[in-house]
Amino acid sequence: MARLNLILLFIVVACALSAVSANHRARKLFTELEGEQKRMRDLEVEWGQLQLEQSTWAAHVRVEKIARERLGMHPPAAGQMISAESAARK
Amino acid sequence: MKAIKFSRNPLLSERLPLWRRRLVLGVLLAGFTVLVGRSLYLQGINNEFLGDKGRARFERVIDISATRGRITDRHGDVVAVSTPVRSIWAIPEDTKLTPSQSRDLAQMLDMDVRELNRKLASERDFAYVKRQLPPELADRITALQLPGLRQKNEYRRYYPSGEVMAHILGFTGVDDAGQEGIELAFNTQLTGKPGSRRIIKDRRGNVVEDVESISQPVEGKDIVLSMDSKIQFIAYTYLRKAIEEHRAKAGGIVVLDARSGEVLALVNMPTYNPNNRVKLVGAQLRNRALTDTFEPGSTMKPFAAALALEKGKARFNTPIQTAPGKLTIGTATISDAHPHGVLTVAQVIQKSSNVGISKLALSMTPAEMWEMFDALGFGTTLKLGFPGEVSGRLRPAKTWKPIEQATMAYGHGISVTLMQLARAYQAFARDGDLTPLSLTRLDMPPAIGKQVFSTQTAREVRAMLELAVLPGGTAPKAQVPGYRAAGKTGTAHKLEGGAYANKYVASFVGFAPVSDPRLIIAIMVDEPSNGKHYGGDVAAPVFSQVMGESLRTLGVESDAPQKPLQVANAAPVKEEM
Repeated sequence: MARLNLILLFIVVACALSAVSANHRARKLFTELEGEQKRMRDLEVEWGQLQLEQSTWAAHVRVEKIARERLGMHPPAAGQMISAESAARK
Repeated sequence: MKAIKFSRNPLLSERLPLWRRRLVLGVLLAGFTVLVGRSLYLQGINNEFLGDKGRARFERVIDISATRGRITDRHGDVVAVSTPVRSIWAIPEDTKLTPSQSRDLAQMLDMDVRELNRKLASERDFAYVKRQLPPELADRITALQLPGLRQKNEYRRYYPSGEVMAHILGFTGVDDAGQEGIELAFNTQLTGKPGSRRIIKDRRGNVVEDVESISQPVEGKDIVLSMDSKIQFIAYTYLRKAIEEHRAKAGGIVVLDARSGEVLALVNMPTYNPNNRVKLVGAQLRNRALTDTFEPGSTMKPFAAALALEKGKARFNTPIQTAPGKLTIGTATISDAHPHGVLTVAQVIQKSSNVGISKLALSMTPAEMWEMFDALGFGTTLKLGFPGEVSGRLRPAKTWKPIEQATMAYGHGISVTLMQLARAYQAFARDGDLTPLSLTRLDMPPAIGKQVFSTQTAREVRAMLELAVLPGGTAPKAQVPGYRAAGKTGTAHKLEGGAYANKYVASFVGFAPVSDPRLIIAIMVDEPSNGKHYGGDVAAPVFSQVMGESLRTLGVESDAPQKPLQVANAAPVKEEM
């Protein structure tokens, strides 16, 4: 009888300890998840800012200005254009 | 003193009265009963109070913010996006800064020290010091650890395309809610719903457990516009050039996809920079293409001609006597400034004869004309959902006098928006049908719209409109190198206080390529005042440039030889007003 009680006591203590450690692990994992979610939000914000930056750099006003002024480009005159398909037909 | 052993204490032999024992026992029992009862009460029956107190010490409800959706053009290029910013606020009573601290802070915030001190001397409990600061700057201010200064996360909307797309996009207020344009029209979709959840925090403020989610945040939806930002930029560039060249008061341009009814570009002048709205005036804000009406003038002529063809009153080559360039109806006289003699119906459109089109119009009943105008969408709003969209003015047919029926055929006594006019031309650019317009990209555009004219009529009018653009027409400057174009000029006197003033609205509506129309462009220039005021001189060149570049951008195959414009070899025909 006393032996059975001792075994049961041991099992109860083991269960209690594992419950404590499981809870601790859960909290640790949750904190980690929390950190990752925060990172996700931060990355999303950064993505938005990068998109904004990209659209600002690629703004047509800026591209045209650089093409004209720095690269000296200009739209082709009417006679200088050949459409690829009409050229292929010849 | 001799010690007495406890067991031999003489006092023990003295028996205590029974009641004293009972009394002590009773008092102790009663005490325990009260304790047990109280703990039962607190733990079992009324456990809310202590539970709340406990939770208040370790649980927190945190808000999960939801960002406003992005707006992109049809190719996915971002044209409006929200990014986080921070606002600095203070509890003035708690904010006691030393002069050097105030100076540092004012310098970082780019503010005047006196203004800062005035804000901090406020009587209220809450005062914004500066709103919408970049997060990096806000972090540097946090590092100063000034007492009483707090920060709040907010969002700010940025518009990378700036003034190019200002009117169509509109803008949001300081609280990130739409106030104008698409931002207002699609506000409910764009706005997210912030959520909140309950969590447990440890001593150091880390979240250790997620208790429950109170409400899920709903992120704002992204809106994909029908706009093509490249075509928008082309339209913006050439319209601005024309407005400057002709010293016009205002102007607008609309580019539609003839096949799907999507709005590809919409520009108004004067415009503004939505990222910096400090010096904004009312005139800059107006989205003229949708919220202002004007008398369209001769751009309305093709509709009357189409109806005459449709009703069998005339054919493409039916001759009409327009000499001597005057037509008297009742007490009023309609005149052509440049009399032409006998013209075919096609030539009436090509040379824009008022007398010719009036004669055609009078061969039909007012009810027939009204029905056509109504079917074309004049007098009713386009239901784009755009704020402030107007319907224009189309009076009921019963009230029309013959002279009014005639003037309406050449676009006077009726008022329309530029968008309505562009859309009505869809009937010619397509085979006589109209589709609904859309400001958002359509994945499945309607194949067939509402039939207004027969296919035959639409094709014949298309041919007439092509004549108007060729030498001998009113708008040779609207020719597009490499493409067959078609369109109609308009030059209308402006109505001011009920009378026609000596101010003009020059317009042009057209489409290309004629062999398979892809784009419809409508241009309106308000009060050109640099010598030229005809639609053929002011608006037609804009059409030619915008159409040519847009079609090339879209990679539309050319249907005409690439040769320079033939303008010089024929004297331009001045249209009638």
